[in-house]
Amino acid sequence: MEEKIGVFICSGYGIAEALDIDALCNVATSEFSVPFCEVVDTCEGPGLDIIREKILSEGLTKVVIGGISPRKYADNAFPEGVIVEPVGLREQVVWPLPPDDEDTQMAAEDYLRMYIAKVKGMEPLEPFQPEEEINKDILVVGGGVAGLTAAVEAADAGYQVRLVEKAEALGGWLAKQHKSIPTQTPFQDLEDTGVDELIGEVEGSDKIQVYTSAHTSEIKGAPGLFDVTLSSTGNGKPEGEVVDQFRVGAIVQATGWKPNDPRKNLPYGDLEDVVLNVDLEAMVKESGKITRPSDGKEAKTIAFLQCGGCTNKEHHSYCSSICCMTSLKQAMYLREADEDAKAFIFYEFMRTPGLYEDFYRKAQDDAGIFLTRGDVAEVTKNGNGSLKITAKDTMVGEEIEVEVDLVVLAAGMIPNAADGEAIRLLEDAKVTVVEGDSEAKKEAAAQTIEELGHHEGTEILNLGYRQGPDLPSLEYGFPDSHFICFPYESRRTGIYPTGAAREPMDGSGSKEDATGAALKAIQCVEMTSRGEAVHPRAGDQSYPDFMMSRCTKCKRCTEECPFGVLNEENDGTPLLQATRCRRCGTCMGACPERIISFKDFSVNIVNEMIKAVEVPEEWDEKPRILVLACENDAFPALDLLGQNGMKGSPWIRVIPIRCLGSVNIVWITQAMSQGFDGVILMGCKYGDDYQCHFIKGSELASVREKNVREKLEQMAMDVERVELHQLQIDEYDKLPAIFENFDELIEDIGYNPFKGM
Amino acid sequence: MSPDHKPILVIGGGIAGMTAAVEAAEVGYPVVLVEKEPSLGGRVVRSHRYFPKMCPPTCGFEINTRRIRGNPNIEVHTMATVEEVSGDVGAFRARIKKNPRYVTGDVSIDDSVVEQLTSDRPNEFNMGLDTTKGLYYPHTAAYPPLHVVDKEALSDGDVAVLTEACPPGALDMDMAEEEFTIDVGAVIVATGWKGYDPGNLPNLGFDRCPDVITNLIMERLAAPNGPTGGKILRPSNGEAPTNVAFVQCAGSRDENHLPYCSAVCCMASLKQARYIREAYPDAKVTVFYIDVRTLGRLEKFYYELVEDENITFVKGKVAEINEDPETHELILEVEDTVAGERPDSRFDMVVLATGIVPNTADSPIPLELDYDDYGFLNGATGVEGVFAAGCATHPCDVSRTTKESTAAALKAIQCLNRG
Repeated sequence: MEEKIGVFICSGYGIAEALDIDALCNVATSEFSVPFCEVVDTCEGPGLDIIREKILSEGLTKVVIGGISPRKYADNAFPEGVIVEPVGLREQVVWPLPPDDEDTQMAAEDYLRMYIAKVKGMEPLEPFQPEEEINKDILVVGGGVAGLTAAVEAADAGYQVRLVEKAEALGGWLAKQHKSIPTQTPFQDLEDTGVDELIGEVEGSDKIQVYTSAHTSEIKGAPGLFDVTLSSTGNGKPEGEVVDQFRVGAIVQATGWKPNDPRKNLPYGDLEDVVLNVDLEAMVKESGKITRPSDGKEAKTIAFLQCGGCTNKEHHSYCSSICCMTSLKQAMYLREADEDAKAFIFYEFMRTPGLYEDFYRKAQDDAGIFLTRGDVAEVTKNGNGSLKITAKDTMVGEEIEVEVDLVVLAAGMIPNAADGEAIRLLEDAKVTVVEGDSEAKKEAAAQTIEELGHHEGTEILNLGYRQGPDLPSLEYGFPDSHFICFPYESRRTGIYPTGAAREPMDGSGSKEDATGAALKAIQCVEMTSRGEAVHPRAGDQSYPDFMMSRCTKCKRCTEECPFGVLNEENDGTPLLQATRCRRCGTCMGACPERIISFKDFSVNIVNEMIKAVEVPEEWDEKPRILVLACENDAFPALDLLGQNGMKGSPWIRVIPIRCLGSVNIVWITQAMSQGFDGVILMGCKYGDDYQCHFIKGSELASVREKNVREKLEQMAMDVERVELHQLQIDEYDKLPAIFENFDELIEDIGYNPFKGM
Repeated sequence: MSPDHKPILVIGGGIAGMTAAVEAAEVGYPVVLVEKEPSLGGRVVRSHRYFPKMCPPTCGFEINTRRIRGNPNIEVHTMATVEEVSGDVGAFRARIKKNPRYVTGDVSIDDSVVEQLTSDRPNEFNMGLDTTKGLYYPHTAAYPPLHVVDKEALSDGDVAVLTEACPPGALDMDMAEEEFTIDVGAVIVATGWKGYDPGNLPNLGFDRCPDVITNLIMERLAAPNGPTGGKILRPSNGEAPTNVAFVQCAGSRDENHLPYCSAVCCMASLKQARYIREAYPDAKVTVFYIDVRTLGRLEKFYYELVEDENITFVKGKVAEINEDPETHELILEVEDTVAGERPDSRFDMVVLATGIVPNTADSPIPLELDYDDYGFLNGATGVEGVFAAGCATHPCDVSRTTKESTAAALKAIQCLNRG
């Protein structure tokens, strides 16, 4: 269809009172020769109906509406296939700036120019459709409670599932349990684990193909197109022999946990009758009895030491969440078998959250379970074979001694997950040690190998990703992204960690977690098949396009993508795996050759927006500051500034961007060479408690600031002219100070010397 | 997209309901989301920060509202309640009642109109700590982004002002209550929670001592869009607190009140201790607890606070709080303290960590469901095709809630596919 641009200027909302509407129309019709420009009373409700009708009757293909914030519109508010960009004249200009004022008018006119320039550069989106058909099958890695549940739930929703378990049998830790802690009201009695029924459901399903004694030796490809190779773990078939190869659409990683054995840290750790909670569980499961390893005598008194008997944070940097309940359960095993038996539980904090409190109360009511808040100082072996525990009761402040047959350490959980990023760094370092071009580099690589060497051989998924064979891990080796609102987010699209591999959780928590993970996997294949992005830009149909003929193979895109989207050929050429893409534009921000573009967001489009701003001459004494703002947090904060009746700055010109990671340095140099007096980058918080929805985007912007400084120095420009702010969505009250400080800075260092050149 | 599927009915538009709705809709299934308040967001948008990242809940809320705006599969009804549900899995029929907003949404209303009004009504968004006019915007991040009229609160003068000052078509003061029925395939109960009423704890002095507040009030005091513009001040005199006590398990883990643990109050108080420490670098904080329940990776947050010399943790249950009539200081009587710990028992502000009560405890949804003794829908709801998520099922934090909602979305989808 032939391009036809239309502009609607809204006169409602006090816009006509604050601004010269005729002059705004003039910008569109005279400066840009836009063939259609009309004033509407409102741009909601009946006004929106009029706009929609006009778009169709006039055959408009690209539309700018100068009215209210784009955040007020539903995505489907406009006719399909038409590019519509609402400009929040109300939120960004009329509300925060004085009415009927020359500078306010200039801001409004500039925004109109910027958005007309923007739609000119935009092209209609076509959802990404790979040449091959999107596969919607789900691979579940791990056959414990989480994996079994994910498989059953995905199959129950109608999806084909492949479940792979490295051991000979399904069931994981659940199958090793004698009983489960109560999972439902009234949270009193221990329950059967239900593992046989769960395995039965999996094995009986015609939608689930089960592989035991196998592991994922290779996973290539991307969501909808993952090519999986399973190899034998050595039971039956020779180890490493390929078991099967197939394609799936998404992956649930339910690889479980292993006990965090504290005995090496304990002076009494080598005593034979000091065992782990998992050992006790196995003992009861197998023999129905609890016996002392040293002499096989049945244990009638047991001490349970919570937090594995050690309170030091080196060993227990996080809480394993389930050990308190496990010890209470195991104390009940003992008590149910023998009414004279005694269980002593030494703890710092009893953690039975929520409705589990009823279970705790049951244990408290049991005269044979002694709960002591205390630190265990010593465990020694008595002559009679029993163990003597010396502890300090921190409640009454007294030393106490108890004699027990067995000491059970409540061992915590370590996730069975590999750190893909660390493994990749290790691989790179091994190459550098041999081939590095300087001694310093070789030395640094040797250091890396020493630090990360323990990751060698820990691979689980064996992903064919440039950024490593497994998900990157966050704190303590857990592979999720630690978002509070979006706990399933991982840094590899279409791969969802769940269960105790994701964070410490109990069996019933794992079931629920795995059901949610199955949903996310299903959602991913469905959205991918529609050519849409998954969270956080859910539904986005744009995708990056690489003009490969100009690629210099610098590898910055492949290294900086937060989601490992790009693979590399041997010579460093990036290989786009589009269905992995989350559309943040970080690659676009990284690319020094500016060859990466989205149809609706590109280096060129933003450049054109910047160029559209009319920068006054120095003697006008009207500075111009470009603000590049994260569209999820900083941009809404700018909307809220005016909404809350606070004052904005007439000098700023704001461009919302997908993420600070997408900021290409050329936008800054463009603004500077055009006479802007400064640039403010506003993005989300980075660091340990990062809030960036693309995880690394805002952090990368801060790293790239160094390049920006160099560039400014080359231009003989004050480096202070570019500021980076971490701004939360509700910190709109900080904006006035940011703008005032910037004004003062410009007063100090003067206007941009390039102005008017 | 499955246009031939009946929608999923999600009852409750807090974080649980919003999550269930967007997660199901993004797979491709239709959802009807029903919320009784004028805006989505429930409890979370009333929180100042999330633990442990200390990030604003409105950030995730912005993403979720964008997901809703961008998804034609989701139909949102605010100021609406589910009056009746009949039928069976795959073929439920729900009767929805929609209260009049009197604001059409066709033309937005400028806040300058609101400023001309004289009426005052308690602002439920801020727990009644301040007031709004009879025409008000629910809160800064409100979705849908619409004002609402409380007709009963309008004075005659206000009505005249509205007629005069509102743009034509913005209001419809004759708007009537509306009822309609919809056919749905599955139901997700995400009706959330409310704080335990501190009036039930007379020993802790909430009704007697103005400087005894609840954790929910503290969230509003700390929030920039709260009644104090984000300043944490003593209600008695508007001064900054210097010595604050947190009383954990105020009603929770108590057989006379809430026998269960409310699961989030430990972390909530630790987070609020940080609000205070960040706002007032010299202020002192004491936390009286039974057990510090910072599970999983949240433990780190506790460890960090233990390092703060201005924060003291005292094991002990607070039995009584009284005000010194002369100095207005609050005097705490504490039982079961750890030997050797002698906390200063005088404070100028006390925060009661009141617990979580499911909304279904006193307003069950119109279906025969298996509630537990506390009013939670823990485990199976007893009706096939009806699932519960979030604090309707048990006390839990936001992260757990969103997991449950995501799981409930799949369970609901399974019903639609079978039907």
